Parts: sequence; structure tokens; C-alpha cells
Amino acid sequence: MMASEAGPPRVGALSSAEWSERLAAGRVGVRMGPFDVRLHVAVPSIHAPLQALYADHPMLDGPRVYSCHADLRHTRRLGRPARRNVRFTVDGIAPHEDMPGAQALAVLEWGVNLAIAMRFHGFLMLHAAVLERRGRALLLPAAPGFGKSTLCAALAHRNWRLFSDEFGLLVPGTGSLLPVPRPISLKNQSIEVFRSFAPQAHLGPVIPNTRKGTVAHVKPPAESVAQSELAAPAAWVVFPRWVAGVPLGLEEIGRSEAFMQIATNAFNYEVLGSAAYEAVREVAAASRCFRLVYSDLQEAVEALTALADEDDFQ
Amino acid sequence: MTSSNETASHEAVRRCVIAALRDPAGIARLTAGELDLTLRLMRRAQLLGRLAWHVRAAGVHEQLPRTARDALVGALRIAEAKAHEARWELDRVVWALRDEAQVPLIAMKGCAYLMTGTPNASGRLFADVDLLVPEADLARVESRLVAHGWRGAEVTPYDDNYYRLWTHELPPMSHVEREVEIDLHHNVLMRTARFKPDASLLLANARALSGTGLAVLAPTDMVLHAMTHLFAGSEMPDALRELVDIQDLLRHFGAHEAGFWERFWPRAVQLDLARPAFYGLRYAKQLLDAPIPAEVLRASQSARPPAPVLWLMDRLVPRALFPQHPDRHSHATSFARSLLFVRVHWLRMPPPMLARHLSYKFWRRLIQPREPSSA
Repeated sequence: MMASEAGPPRVGALSSAEWSERLAAGRVGVRMGPFDVRLHVAVPSIHAPLQALYADHPMLDGPRVYSCHADLRHTRRLGRPARRNVRFTVDGIAPHEDMPGAQALAVLEWGVNLAIAMRFHGFLMLHAAVLERRGRALLLPAAPGFGKSTLCAALAHRNWRLFSDEFGLLVPGTGSLLPVPRPISLKNQSIEVFRSFAPQAHLGPVIPNTRKGTVAHVKPPAESVAQSELAAPAAWVVFPRWVAGVPLGLEEIGRSEAFMQIATNAFNYEVLGSAAYEAVREVAAASRCFRLVYSDLQEAVEALTALADEDDFQ
Repeated sequence: MTSSNETASHEAVRRCVIAALRDPAGIARLTAGELDLTLRLMRRAQLLGRLAWHVRAAGVHEQLPRTARDALVGALRIAEAKAHEARWELDRVVWALRDEAQVPLIAMKGCAYLMTGTPNASGRLFADVDLLVPEADLARVESRLVAHGWRGAEVTPYDDNYYRLWTHELPPMSHVEREVEIDLHHNVLMRTARFKPDASLLLANARALSGTGLAVLAPTDMVLHAMTHLFAGSEMPDALRELVDIQDLLRHFGAHEAGFWERFWPRAVQLDLARPAFYGLRYAKQLLDAPIPAEVLRASQSARPPAPVLWLMDRLVPRALFPQHPDRHSHATSFARSLLFVRVHWLRMPPPMLARHLSYKFWRRLIQPREPSSA
């Protein structure tokens, strides 16, 4: 655990009893990059996993302007807690139906993602994992199931700094990406693949039967969380695709093709209109763009690291 | 019906919201906790985009904490994107109807504010494109739109009948390539409603917007429509935003439209909309301090409801108008909204028809569980 320097204390610095008490009373916030998320979690079973996954995150307290107030609670008092449904609300509104209590942790994570995606249109939000090396950002835009999160978690544990496994937060007019380090959500077979790839990493509980299959969350590395204020310009855009048994292929592609793929992968391209067009154009113009096909995680990590280390940014 | 806790929380909500509406730049002087609550309430009342616009215009944006700035910028972007979509949709509708140039096509509500640039259009978040056409042309306009790719929403045969026989609009339509919803109206109240405005009077005074192929209602009628929508035809969650529209329009037309106030009350009477106009004036004045000449308020007393009704409305309307405290669900607010919901239905159809309609809706709900809704 990181010793806390100046600034707000870390989530992990609280005793588990105090964390649990504050979470249940809605008296705690967590800073996730530019977002200050107030948490009210009346589902005791996920208090400990949450504290472990967010241990290095700055903890917020007291009245302040929060980006959103997230609330998770059981819907009915009857029945055993694990069998009950949970309801996620953000600022008093439930954005979706109640979900099984056993999935509470995933429901909260998705709920916070949703609240961010619905609100913060000052950023162009690309559906991409983002990592940094040598002061430059790598974007991994991909649809679900293409191995983006797995590759992201692997890189984050091989000397790349994690920005996000989900949100490429682009600040229009700057060409810069902002970190939002959060737990990385792994699905199905990739959980075991990652576990053997990085046995030292902390994973949260394995949650079966969600609408995305089996899910487990990887705690973001402490160094990544500690540097959440540090933005980076885009230098590489890689469209990854995991295919069983194929040899590694890393093929440079044209900027116009990359542009189209980045644009169609954004959450709020239509909302930003011409500002989004300019922002994506800037990223495509400033980056080398590739298509990556891989089956072996180690090989993919090595190829991307070599790419980053060989570039001389001329 | 209300505990003292609940009343205190409602009062806090009211103070917060009214302060932000009257003096948007003043939010820069709030404590962090007050600002947080204000932003949450304004978001809930669909007024965050408007607040963002005024905060930016007043030049105090940079004085706010980063999280507040991000929230405001995000809300303004959404409002601007929706306005952009609506303009494009209107453009496409005019194009689709280019061979029907003699049919007046009147943009109403959000679209009218947008096209005429009334002050309430700034940062206003709106959902649908509302259009008014003469009833005699309704079928032609509908078939033209269908020929150009618009489709009616999929509704049950009962609902389709309900729209066409009883209401003042067709089932909502949208273009197959876009998501914007168009509501095509032939009047401003249901056919079955207690009050019977004559649509031909509205059409006769409509004002063409040169170069657009569109028209808007005359200023008096635009305000009367907003009042009618709020007090005789609407559901409550958007109600505060609608009262804010009314207040902005009264202030704007009162200052810039010659003869507005002289014409206002006689027009309300002529259109059989005096009762909703009475409420509109009363609550815009009482809650949002709208500038209304004393003689207009005096004239409006002729449409005053019986004392017990007014007593009840004075208690229900302020309760129902303001957003719920996001952390403290108020049963009094829900109760007030339910009563006003019942009232609106009472005004919309005669009792036997209402009974038939509600029993059908109740039956549908029994056999088909409802979609989850907000907590």
C-alpha cells in the first residue's frame, strides 16, 4: 500500500470498519481522474472488495461538487441478501432495471461508467483502452469481445501507465488524453489468462452469470492511480483483435481508415459534432495507426512495447 | 400529509432552484455543498443546460470548481446537440412537404423558441419536434411524411384509435434514419377536453418565419399554448421547465412585443383558455416573479376557480413543480403530482370516457408488467 503524501488520504488508509460505515452512510467519495464520485453503498458484501480495488484512489469527504452521486442498495428486505436484487441510482434516478444482488460490484462499476458517459460531453469519450509510455498515449479502440481489456490489463502490469480500460477521454482542442484509472473489467476466459500472466495483480471477486458473462475486476496499479492528473498526447492507435491460435500480426494502416474506426467507436461523437471531428482528426494525424491480431498475450505486449520504445517522435 | 422534515427539505429545494433561476451568476458564491445540490436539482428539472448558458454568458464559469464546470459544459453540449438535431429535422420536414407549400406548418414549443430565438431557447433541453397543421391537411401531411421515410410509432390499435379519435395529435412519428420524434398536432388540446380552443383562430394569427417555410404562433398564442400545456395537458416531471418558459416568454414579449399585454387576456378568453391562463399567470408571478401588469392580473380574476379548488391548487402546484430532493424522496411531492395527474385527466375527457380509458390502461398494466421507472 502506498504511503499517502500530501493531498487527500487514500481509500486504503481507512480501517475496513470505518470504510464500511462511511460507504453505508453515503459519507465517502472517490476521485477517479477528473471525476469525483460520491458513493452510497448499502450492500455490505461488496464493501471489502471495493476498498481493495480502490485502495490507492484518493478519498473525498465532506460537501463538494461531485460529478455524480452513485447509490446502490437492495430493493426488498425479504429473502437472503445474496438472492435479493440491487437497485443502482444516480442522483436519485434509476437508469436501468434492478439487477441480481450477486452482481452488485459489477452493477456499481457499470453504473458509474454509464453516468460518466451520459454527462461529461466536455470530453470526447472514445470507447477505447488507453495507456501511456514515454509520455505518449496508446489508444486501443475496440468493440467488446476483441480482447481490448485483457491487453490493457496486461500492458498496465508491464510498465505501461493505465489511463482507462474503457474511456479514452479526449480533451477537444488539445490532442491530449486524460487518465481515469479504474478497476479493469475482465470477462470469461481472459480472467484466467490474465491471472497466469500477472500472478502478482490483485483481482476482485469472480462474478458469474452477468449479462456480459463471468466478470472480474483488476485493481489498477498504484503508480497509475498516483499519476491520474498527468495527461498525455496520443501517439499510437492500435485496433486489437484476439483470435485463437493465430501468429502475431501488427500491420500499419492508413489514417483515414483509422479515423473512421475511432469516430465510430466514440460514445458521444454526435453530441460534439464538429468538435468531435476535429478532435479525432487530430488524434489520427498525430498517431501511427495499426491493426493488431494476436493470440498470445506476452507476444502482443512485447510487440507494442517495442513499437513504443523504437519510435523517435520526429 | 407532510412531516416537518419533508417540508424543510422541500423549502431548501425551492430556495436553491429559485436562486439559480433568478441569479444564475450567483451560483459562483454558493458553498460547495449548496452548489452540488443546486446542480443536481437543476439537472433533475431539465434546467442544467439553461443554467450553463447563463453562467457562461455572465462570465463566472471559470470561478467554479472543475467538477461543476464539467457538469455545466456537458449539459450545454447536450442541449446544443438536441437543438441542432431539431433544426435539421425541421429542415427535412419542410423539404418533404415542399409540394404542399400552401399548407401552413407551425413549429410549436421548443422548436418555436429555437426558430424565433426567444430567451428561453438558450441552453433549453428539448425532446420532440411539435408541429401544428390545419386538421383538414393532417392526412395529406402524414402521408407525405410517410412517403419520405417517417414512420408512426408502433402503438396498439387501441392507442392508435385513441390518438386519432380523441386527441389533438397523431401517434408520434420519426424518420427511419433518425431518432427525433415528431408530434403532428391539429390543435393544442384534446378533442375531448373541457376547454375548446378554436384552432382556426390560432392558424389565422400565426406568423411566417421568412425563408424557412415555417410559421410560429403569435406571441399571445405561444404563451397561452405553454400555459395550456402545463395546466391542462401535461404531466408533471417537466413542469418547472414549462413554468420557466412561461416566465421567460412573458418577460420577453411584455418588453419587446407592442400591444402584447393589451391583447393577452382578451385572447385567452377568445380561445377558451382563460382558466389555464389564470393559473399560468398566477404561478409564474407567485413562484418566479414574472412581470405581469396589475390590470392583466385583475382581468384574469374572472377565470378564477371556486375557492376550495384554488386553495388546493395553491398547495399542490408549488409542491409538484419543484424537483424532488435527490437523496430524500418526498411522498408529499409524489402525492401532489398524482392528484394533479388525475386533475389533468379529468379536464382531458368527460367522465365516462375517462373511466373507459383508465380501465383499459389498468387492464394493460395488469397483463403487461410496466417498464422499470425512476426511483
